[in-house]
Amino acid sequence: MNDTVISAKNLSLTFETNDGPVHALKDINLDIAKGEFVSFIGPSGCGKTTFLRCMADLETPTGGEITVNGVTPREARSSRAYGYVFQAAGLYPWRTIGGNIRLPLEIMGYSKEDQAKRVQQVLELVELDGFDRKFPWQLSGGMQQRASIARALAFDADILLMDEPFGALDEIVRDHLNEQLLALWARTEKTIGFVTHSIPEAVYLSTKIVVMSPRPGRIADVIGSPLPKERPLDIRDSPEFIEIAHRVRDGLREGHADG
Amino acid sequence: MRNVLPVLTVVLAVFALWYGGAVLLNKNWAYDKAERAGVELSFGEMVKDTMTQEKPRLPPPHLVGAELWKTTGAMVQRGRAFSKRSLIYHGWITLSSTVLGFVFGTGLGILLAVGIVHNRAMDKSVMPWIIASQTIPILAIAPMIVVVLASAQVDDLIAKGVISMYLSFFPVVVGMVKGLRSPDHMQMDQMRTWNASRSQTFWKLRLPASAPYLFASLKVGIAASLIGAVVAELSLSQDGGLGARMLVGSYYGQTVQIWSALIAAATLAALMVAAIGVVQRVTLKRMGMAQ
Repeated sequence: MNDTVISAKNLSLTFETNDGPVHALKDINLDIAKGEFVSFIGPSGCGKTTFLRCMADLETPTGGEITVNGVTPREARSSRAYGYVFQAAGLYPWRTIGGNIRLPLEIMGYSKEDQAKRVQQVLELVELDGFDRKFPWQLSGGMQQRASIARALAFDADILLMDEPFGALDEIVRDHLNEQLLALWARTEKTIGFVTHSIPEAVYLSTKIVVMSPRPGRIADVIGSPLPKERPLDIRDSPEFIEIAHRVRDGLREGHADG
Repeated sequence: MRNVLPVLTVVLAVFALWYGGAVLLNKNWAYDKAERAGVELSFGEMVKDTMTQEKPRLPPPHLVGAELWKTTGAMVQRGRAFSKRSLIYHGWITLSSTVLGFVFGTGLGILLAVGIVHNRAMDKSVMPWIIASQTIPILAIAPMIVVVLASAQVDDLIAKGVISMYLSFFPVVVGMVKGLRSPDHMQMDQMRTWNASRSQTFWKLRLPASAPYLFASLKVGIAASLIGAVVAELSLSQDGGLGARMLVGSYYGQTVQIWSALIAAATLAALMVAAIGVVQRVTLKRMGMAQ
């Protein structure tokens, strides 16, 4: 495929610890095409976050190859090819919401007018317009996480990497943010890598679900979703949805059985 | 207002202890005088004598208060606030070297902390020396600093500032190292994903994150700086200052003078700590970090 954005070949990562080597990732092969929404799901220690961090050049693989936009993750990071959303919003308490979103733009040297314009744009995108002068503590947890997504979108990278962004939020807020994220993805046509613990979340959001298993961290199953791009929340009661969820669950169980 | 009662209770207890101590410590002198004069002292007469001695071992509060008034307020009324006998004059001298030493110390402390946080070699090599420096009694090295700097023709004020700096940089280094390291892994990773340079990470993340730590350190630092200034004045007593007042007082057994200089120094320290507290509240509030 020509429009491959992220490509991993025999990717391995071994941490040396006092108790011997830990194989966080072993022989991972995966291609992610432009515009895909790929979820990584699996139990703790399966390497899903480590894999995402390899794409972001936050970890250095010990074997195999990985390319992002056809270049090494380091080059991709230097050219600011991706936005990364962490589990915690990580907004600076001494900056307003607008100031927080402006932060990466200041670092990347955007002009003042451009900064203001982009902050406005992404605030609208995550439905937080009018909140730019508020401080983080004045916002709920869900709104803070939306602001952190806006911050990752502000410099308009084509790739969005998200590491359990909604993990700390309650069910109802999570549903709402999932809906918003899908709408945002449809509008911006970004390629999204999304780490999660939740099967319904993975199935609801993704075009491709990567099921991973631990010790050593590897891919147990890759499931392409037949669900349409347009997904109302009640699609989760449809037979197709339940079938994919089953397959994901089976994949997770298998990984555990021989793990 | 709920705090008024407990605060008053503590103040009363302090005064009661002080008066009690004054009677206990001064009564021998009262009895000695009576014996030499060949009179018997009743308990009431003894207590009265301990409250009015000219050179008591422990001057009672009202004598210290009277001396404080005589050397501050009364001199202001007579328009001689900056006469050499005025505590305002001496307090001003102490204040100038305290502030100078505090500025030196804060600057040095921040510079060292930045170096320690950014350079592994400095982290490993400098920190033990900084801690060792604080185990040396300042009283021992102050005269040496004075002699060395005097021979290099350095102004006395600077010499006193250097001694204050010696005490005040320490809390600033410790607090700033902790503050500059307070951003967690995630925040540092986040900077990495934006490909931020080290200086950008410093100015936009580490430095603002360290502000609350800095203010806590500054409060300790300015109090330490005052102690340094007073100690320095013992070596440079010809220039005056609260420390010089204490020294002169001890030469001539003027305990009242020593105590009023002590109280003046304590008041000065409290005012400076309070001033930093105000700056802290305003700054953190403007930064949106008020607790």
